[in-house]
Amino acid sequence: MSINLEQVGRIARLANIEISPAEAAQTSEVLNGILGLIEQLQSIDTAGIEPMAHAQEVFQRLREDCVTERDQRAAFQAVAPETEAGLYLVPRVIE
Amino acid sequence: MNLQPTQASLTELAGALASKTISSVELTTLFLDRCEKLNPLLNAFITLDRTATLAEARAADARLASGETGPLLGIPLAYKDIFCMQGWLTTCGSKMLANFVSPYDAHVVEQFKKAGMVTLGKCNMDEFAMGSSTENSFYGPARNPWDTRRVAGGSSGGSAVAIAARLAPAAVGTDTGGSIRQPAALCGLTGIKPTYGVVSRYGMIAYASSLDQGGPLAKSAQDCALLLNAMAGFDARDSTSLARPAEDYCRNLEQPLTGIRIGLPKEFFAQGMSDDVRAAVAAALAEYRKLGAQTVEISLPNSGLSVPAYYVIAPAEASSNLSRFDGVRYGYRAPDYTDLSDMYCKTRAQGFGAEVKRRILIGTYVLSHGYYDAYYLQAQKIRRLIADDFRAAFRQCDVIASPTTPGVAFEIGAKSDDPVQMYLSDIYTTSANLAGLPGISLPCGFGAGSMPVGLQLLGNYFDEARMLNLAHRYQQATDWHLRTPEGLSI
Repeated sequence: MSINLEQVGRIARLANIEISPAEAAQTSEVLNGILGLIEQLQSIDTAGIEPMAHAQEVFQRLREDCVTERDQRAAFQAVAPETEAGLYLVPRVIE
Repeated sequence: MNLQPTQASLTELAGALASKTISSVELTTLFLDRCEKLNPLLNAFITLDRTATLAEARAADARLASGETGPLLGIPLAYKDIFCMQGWLTTCGSKMLANFVSPYDAHVVEQFKKAGMVTLGKCNMDEFAMGSSTENSFYGPARNPWDTRRVAGGSSGGSAVAIAARLAPAAVGTDTGGSIRQPAALCGLTGIKPTYGVVSRYGMIAYASSLDQGGPLAKSAQDCALLLNAMAGFDARDSTSLARPAEDYCRNLEQPLTGIRIGLPKEFFAQGMSDDVRAAVAAALAEYRKLGAQTVEISLPNSGLSVPAYYVIAPAEASSNLSRFDGVRYGYRAPDYTDLSDMYCKTRAQGFGAEVKRRILIGTYVLSHGYYDAYYLQAQKIRRLIADDFRAAFRQCDVIASPTTPGVAFEIGAKSDDPVQMYLSDIYTTSANLAGLPGISLPCGFGAGSMPVGLQLLGNYFDEARMLNLAHRYQQATDWHLRTPEGLSI
């Protein structure tokens, strides 16, 4: 399997990363090198093997339904690119 | 009193501080002076802040003056710049976070502050911990003090350089595929990746959450054990943190090694390592036999699949974790854009470096419709095969030994055009992360170019104390860990 230019464009859109046509050619070459490395996984027989998502068999802990966070909005918003009246500002999305 | 602070163990430094032979401000100033003098050459630190550091040292001196004692109280510590620290720039080696002053402390930072350690600075690293050489840092490569033309290893390269050049007595790093053990090996240090879940990931900027684990780097196994005592512990804010009784990782350091079985995976020793590394590791194994251990051949039949499995699973998790960097809540935002989607795409195109983008794209691909089963699910199944291999192996041996890296530190730029060649330098380290097992690297000699060689020991789950025991006994019998690079006026 290999990634063509069109697929690079599609993946980049999914990942929200702008790629110029010039970059796309080089990117597809590098990605195909990496795919060559991971390709060997395909030939391994894994019938009946349970996928392992995590290193330890841990389960989501439950906790009391009570407030644990204090209000730190000002501190957190101090590092934001643009805020106003306690809100994060982004370009208009609803006309 | 004959204290040589740059060479002293943490125990000796704590003794000198407790007996008022030296104050924390004096000790910290000595290391800060070295940092400021040598960092322009070595690029070990991204951020140094003398004022903030000395304020912490004065606070430690006040605690010492009040009669408080502690094995780490008043000793300076360098942090990989992946740990969020309140009031400090926390860049993660990226342009994306070049202006990010953390509003909170990571759990690891809280633990070390409680122990009274003084923050010396924030260390250079591969961007978002993605790399094996610290060449992927937005802030330029860290340089190996044993030969400044060569890489420091990565991704915790700056942390390793800081200790190797004696700019810091100890440091903290993180290890997702070898990022503590590999730079420790290439810089002649001891570094341990604990069992997954032992150290909280809270406030440690996420790369691949099912693999990431914090751990210490230091001059010796004994120092690492003391640091791990402070770092480890349950933290409710990390959903994978394990609630276990507290352990003293120093408790077994002195135990004799008689009867210990060291497993040698035949797949690791078959091929792939350079001759100098092979010779140094063989000599280390001979030393272990002299110390009473025995070596047994074992097999990890699927170990050859660990690098490809890792380079599916880690990028998949990274593509999800790094979606948070969108220019809205923190970090970089592109200056010009047409709409919201364009802002996201330009922010991420400009804020991330080439290797980070590659991994996000590969991760996005293996998780996308039509490829998920073939790549991601298949890699997770192979992950189980790799973990099962270890389970079987640990029925025949107590620890597993191998080189940490297939060769000594390479020259800066030698592998930067070929990511796959770079990935293959993780061949001995990634399997421990996939299985969640603890691993340690310790210096065991010198190879080509008089560069350090690292021996890796992998232990069973929660067997850190035994691994530290093996490393410590070796370090009592040898002096590789005490050697220092020439020309840095140590």
